[in-house]
Amino acid sequence: MKHPGWWRLAIVGGAVLALELACRGGIIDRVTMVPPSQMVVALVRMMIGTPWFWSDAGATFRNIGAAIVLSIVPGFLIGLMVHALPRLRAVLNPVLFSYYSVPTFVFYPLLIVIFGIGPASLIVMGAMFGIVAMISATLVSIDRIPRVYGKAARVMRLSPWQTALRVQLPAATPHLITGIKLAVAYSVIGVIAGEFIISTAGLGRRLTLSYNGFDTATMYGLMLLIFIAVAIVNTVLQGWETRVHRRWYRA
Amino acid sequence: MSHQAIDTEIHVALRGVTRVYPAHSGQGEVHALGPIDLNIRRGEFFGVVGPSGCGKSTLLETVAGLVRPTTGTATFEGREIGGAVPDGIGVVFQEDASFPWLTVEGNVAFGLRRAGVEAGEIARRVDGAIEFMGLSGFRRAYPSQLSGGMRQRVCIARTLVMRPRLILLDEPFGALDQQTRLLMGEELLRLWRDTGATVVLITHSLDEAAMLSDRVAVMSSRPGRFIATIETNWPRERDSRIVSEAAFGQLTSELWTLLRDESKKALT
Repeated sequence: MKHPGWWRLAIVGGAVLALELACRGGIIDRVTMVPPSQMVVALVRMMIGTPWFWSDAGATFRNIGAAIVLSIVPGFLIGLMVHALPRLRAVLNPVLFSYYSVPTFVFYPLLIVIFGIGPASLIVMGAMFGIVAMISATLVSIDRIPRVYGKAARVMRLSPWQTALRVQLPAATPHLITGIKLAVAYSVIGVIAGEFIISTAGLGRRLTLSYNGFDTATMYGLMLLIFIAVAIVNTVLQGWETRVHRRWYRA
Repeated sequence: MSHQAIDTEIHVALRGVTRVYPAHSGQGEVHALGPIDLNIRRGEFFGVVGPSGCGKSTLLETVAGLVRPTTGTATFEGREIGGAVPDGIGVVFQEDASFPWLTVEGNVAFGLRRAGVEAGEIARRVDGAIEFMGLSGFRRAYPSQLSGGMRQRVCIARTLVMRPRLILLDEPFGALDQQTRLLMGEELLRLWRDTGATVVLITHSLDEAAMLSDRVAVMSSRPGRFIATIETNWPRERDSRIVSEAAFGQLTSELWTLLRDESKKALT
């Protein structure tokens, strides 16, 4: 047990086991929480036998996917534009710095007025939450590109497009990945929380319904699903980041 | 010691070149360079020494076409150098310009691939440059796995594959230790002899300039001007062993005599 990964696994495994025992032994009552093993059973049952499950899960993951794309792509392009216009950047800087101290969810009712209750509001909510992280990461990533790379590109007589795609984009990658990771996390939070507040479909809505109906097993089963999905996405992104960092900073 | 035969054709010429940086964020305008008049002969190894901040790098970037002169003209092979880098010029910078996302091979092949050179030709030239710079065992390594000296070799190899007729070096060994510098200097001499290219070396090391150059230009403190140009009279076949010769000592002390007052001015 020398590797930190094993310790991590042991701690998580121990905590799950303790929770299982606490629930089964009556220390935690069944209305508050079901044992972890029952969460898994509830999730599997939902997946194979509940009519709404796949349509609601599909709606949530589609909305999250759309919100991620709408955070990352326009966030990157806006970042490029703001970087190219230093005066605009000077104006926007306080907004970019303080954006995440503003409770973005206060705008959700406004989004519902504009887009109605449905996927559009949720996607915009998720994208609004994620896009600023991507804009900031894009600005930082371009700031950090060593100037000598630009000179090297000019000496090798690269066209502006070649310089952008073959030099600046790869040079910016490590910080862009950080932005992508944050944009993904914020988009997930934005969509699920929006569904939680008010929506016509989605896992967040099912969570609210099960919570209000004292259907504790379903509620924890859904939480487990969201948790697993986020963990998978995070692991993939973390793996990408680790690979890039190992290649760049191995020395 | 016989003076080497240098083609007398003028390869690079500067006429009344100055560079003035306009006033910027509270600072007044900075007269960085010149006026400078200079003829560099084809196939010559031309060294430039000067105090810190005297405009050496600006001079090199002007010859490279990376910056435009404020006044005067710079020509390469008879054509005026404008705002773009002319074909046939390669530059090695002091900073590490190897791309960390590419392997040694990817870095060396980079310019050729972007220029659309045919794959077989790229492979031949990359093999040649990697072999020449002693990087054969590191083809698939990333720059992060290499020492500073090895990374600078990658940058030199990347320049070499483009077959430049003029190689500009801006303190390329500035970040390396003294022993490595001497050995890299030898490799530079070998590269210069084998390629027949004209080499301009900017350095703050008097030893390096004295050992490598056919001619050494000494610059004044800012705004940088040439206060003297000294012929070294070394044979074309030379290596780092010349540092033990009496003529080498005389040369470096002559350079230092010229530079001492200018360096003092730069300090104040």
